[in-house]
Amino acid sequence: MKLLTHNMLTSHVRGVRPGGGFPLRIQATEVKVNNVDFNQEFVARMIPKVEWGALVEAAESLGHLSDLPHQLPPEYENNEDFLRKVHHVLLEVEVMEGILKCPDSGREFPITKGIPNMLLSEEET
Amino acid sequence: MAGSGRRPEHRGPPELFYDVAEAWKYSQNSRMIEIQSQMSERAVELLGLPKDRPCFLLDVGCGSGLSGDYISEEGHHWVGMDISSAMLDVAVEREVEGDLILADMGQGIPFRPGMFDGCVSISAVQWLCNADKKTHSPPKRLYRFFSTLYSALARGSRAVLQLYPENSEQLELITAQAMKAGFTGGMVVDYPNSAKAKKFFLCLFVGMAGVLPKALGAECAHGEESQQAKFTSERTRFRNAKGKSVKKSRDWVLEKKERRRRQGKEVRADTRYTGRKRRPRF
Repeated sequence: MKLLTHNMLTSHVRGVRPGGGFPLRIQATEVKVNNVDFNQEFVARMIPKVEWGALVEAAESLGHLSDLPHQLPPEYENNEDFLRKVHHVLLEVEVMEGILKCPDSGREFPITKGIPNMLLSEEET
Repeated sequence: MAGSGRRPEHRGPPELFYDVAEAWKYSQNSRMIEIQSQMSERAVELLGLPKDRPCFLLDVGCGSGLSGDYISEEGHHWVGMDISSAMLDVAVEREVEGDLILADMGQGIPFRPGMFDGCVSISAVQWLCNADKKTHSPPKRLYRFFSTLYSALARGSRAVLQLYPENSEQLELITAQAMKAGFTGGMVVDYPNSAKAKKFFLCLFVGMAGVLPKALGAECAHGEESQQAKFTSERTRFRNAKGKSVKKSRDWVLEKKERRRRQGKEVRADTRYTGRKRRPRF
């Protein structure tokens, strides 16, 4: 699971407060770094959609912060150096094994082979 | 498993139907792969994405990632979700570019609002019409799927869902729940005159009144003219009275070619040589 996907995933367990299922806490046991082609336009387009605080927090918990600032700098669209760092964190760092934990309900979603299991039981839907 | 044999939905729930053996077919069987990629190609075409910038798409029921391959080829990024872990394992083996998630679409799309520029789904939504567990209610699961999908899509984007409805009631159920969730749009049926090539695409719009794209091979079926009887002052000759031309005549050949063209089959272009006899010493 890439951190871009993590930044969009929310918990959908029944009874979660609206907006309370985000961000899922990552407890990773295995992290991999892949090489992905850099596409400046795509990264610049995704940044407004990303919850910056949650991304920095997730990257920090994995130990792959890569000097990302805690505040989103102004006029990042043409700052290639910065976009490359964001690209690395968003698309290249991948959680292979671990657990995602819902911050509201405490429900744990296991990650195996890089695929988070978001299946709910009958009582939780 | 009980149920009549031919439709996979009747054999059991999707997480059990798409087991290791079935998933293996999706990576080996060239015919299945070809059909899947053709449908994804058409679905992405119907999405009408802007050509000049990379988009972020959701693939519902991504399976082994065949549809995702086409999306990656077009230069877009995607996230796929599927209920069958065996199919996702095949996708991991094939090293697809998108990210994968194991989830049930009937339980809702677990993403923040407004994240995706579009959604495609190939042969998945009809599974929601079956109640595989005692607690399943198809209308509720469909509504949950469509309402969460609606919120996960950005305003002005589209969702194109290819599906195999079992009958017209199913089709009505699916579209009714989609409209209830706030979508606009409707059904695009490619090759409506052919039993085999006929394909249903549910094209849904988020927050805009778009124009439904034209279906392939349906010029005759949707044209206003052909719906109504035509009146001419011309008197037809006796042998044409039934509306059929004399066999082997040029008209008959042209009619036959037109019919096959409507069925989406490959037909040679009409030229001045069409329907001519060959010379005796050919």
